[in-house]
Amino acid sequence: MAQHPSDSPAFALSVLASSSLHHTSSFFDVLHTHAPQALAALANAGQPLMSSLAQHSVDGTTVLALVFADGVIIAGDRRATSGHLIARSDMRKVFPADAYSAVAISGAAGPAVDLAKLFATELEHYEKVEGHTLSLDGRATKLAAMVRAHLPLTLQGLIVVPLFAGFDPHTNTAQIYEYDPIGGKYLAQSYAATGSGSLVAKGTLKRVHRATVDERRAVTTALDALVDAAEADSATGGPDQLRHIYPLIAVIDSAGYREYADSDVATIVDDVFAQRGQ
Amino acid sequence: MKDRAEYARKGIARGRALLALAFDQGVVFVSENSSRSLYKTSEIYDRIAFAAVGRYNEFEALRVAGIRLADIKGFQYAREDVSAKPLANAYSQALGASFIGDAKPFEVELVIAQVNPTPAVTAGTPVELFHISYDGSLNDARSYVVIGGDAEPLRTALQAAFMPSMTRDEAIHLAVSLLRDAASRPLEAADLEVSGLDTQLPRRHFFRLNSDQLSPLIG
Repeated sequence: MAQHPSDSPAFALSVLASSSLHHTSSFFDVLHTHAPQALAALANAGQPLMSSLAQHSVDGTTVLALVFADGVIIAGDRRATSGHLIARSDMRKVFPADAYSAVAISGAAGPAVDLAKLFATELEHYEKVEGHTLSLDGRATKLAAMVRAHLPLTLQGLIVVPLFAGFDPHTNTAQIYEYDPIGGKYLAQSYAATGSGSLVAKGTLKRVHRATVDERRAVTTALDALVDAAEADSATGGPDQLRHIYPLIAVIDSAGYREYADSDVATIVDDVFAQRGQ
Repeated sequence: MKDRAEYARKGIARGRALLALAFDQGVVFVSENSSRSLYKTSEIYDRIAFAAVGRYNEFEALRVAGIRLADIKGFQYAREDVSAKPLANAYSQALGASFIGDAKPFEVELVIAQVNPTPAVTAGTPVELFHISYDGSLNDARSYVVIGGDAEPLRTALQAAFMPSMTRDEAIHLAVSLLRDAASRPLEAADLEVSGLDTQLPRRHFFRLNSDQLSPLIG
């Protein structure tokens, strides 16, 4: 396939000409065919990352998801670190993937955010081309394939590990999927966490969480786990009541994906701290 | 060249007509379509939609290609950078080249529609319609486009009846009544495909009405 700059008329014509010959509903495949430069991971394989660069890569995190009575909560802290420095205190790590699902990311920040954006575009592209959305399992599988395709960058140390959560409005069930750095996909029972603080967060969730609780209880548990993780892991940020920067909490239920306003998270954080006597 | 034009026109005229009309908050596509799943209209991007008449497999490939072009641009730049004119130009080039060079011309006519939710940005033009013909000719319109089937009498009737700033339901009602007048059989909701772009919807402005939603509007 001849490569043209994507602004050129020749590019548009090559896309138009190939669409009947090259059947795919995958935006990832389309980019790979027509604009591979947009998929950096596939281009530059194998070289170890220079240590001076590795120090500056932004990573570290706690993101988690938990199933509750009416759906699923997905949440993430807001800190991004670069070595010992705090690179960002307001980083978004939870992204809607489509109306009824979301991705949370951990690992190298730049590639992870790109992955979330690519995944959301992939899902919408599929829906427009095919006329219906992918099943929840289909979406989770596609995400696994994208993590696997990221392998060249993973091997250079720029690891990306997502967490995927979704709600099926037809069966009224929620699912959480975890991944490993090379694209393995695992269905979680009722909770999951990834990132540098995930071991601590999972300890809290194992002790405290039950999948039958209501939304308020579930969000409180999620914040509890994130606060615990932030207290143990320097790469995970706790609630910042001074600057009003709080963990990002999202709910996916029969009404779809929605995020909690900072003020609402703040109220529940107050409860969490009050219970700890702080 | 004349034979090719004749061939293409005949193929397109064999199908059913499609009307694209602007209303106060968007644009609506109305056509006769007996299929429940093979559509003539589609979402391309947030504020861009596609409508076609003619040979289904040909316009289906063009539809998918348009979605690809839009998603590539939106991904590499930003969502608000995707607009209808470059897409219409690309279709115009492709159909034009095919008309001259390919073994057979495309037997399709396309309408690409765009709504602008923030008219301040686009100098106050809420709706843009691009009509691309089988030979690549490109025209733009602000109010309506009629393609396919026996388009000319429908176009004349629409020109007389069209009013700017109709509501969505008024526009649908008008289009359906014109199709019913021209049809040789009664047209019910199940015989029609109605979709369009509504600036009142969040982000993705494309909508499609099913029979249950359409029946009360058309009596």
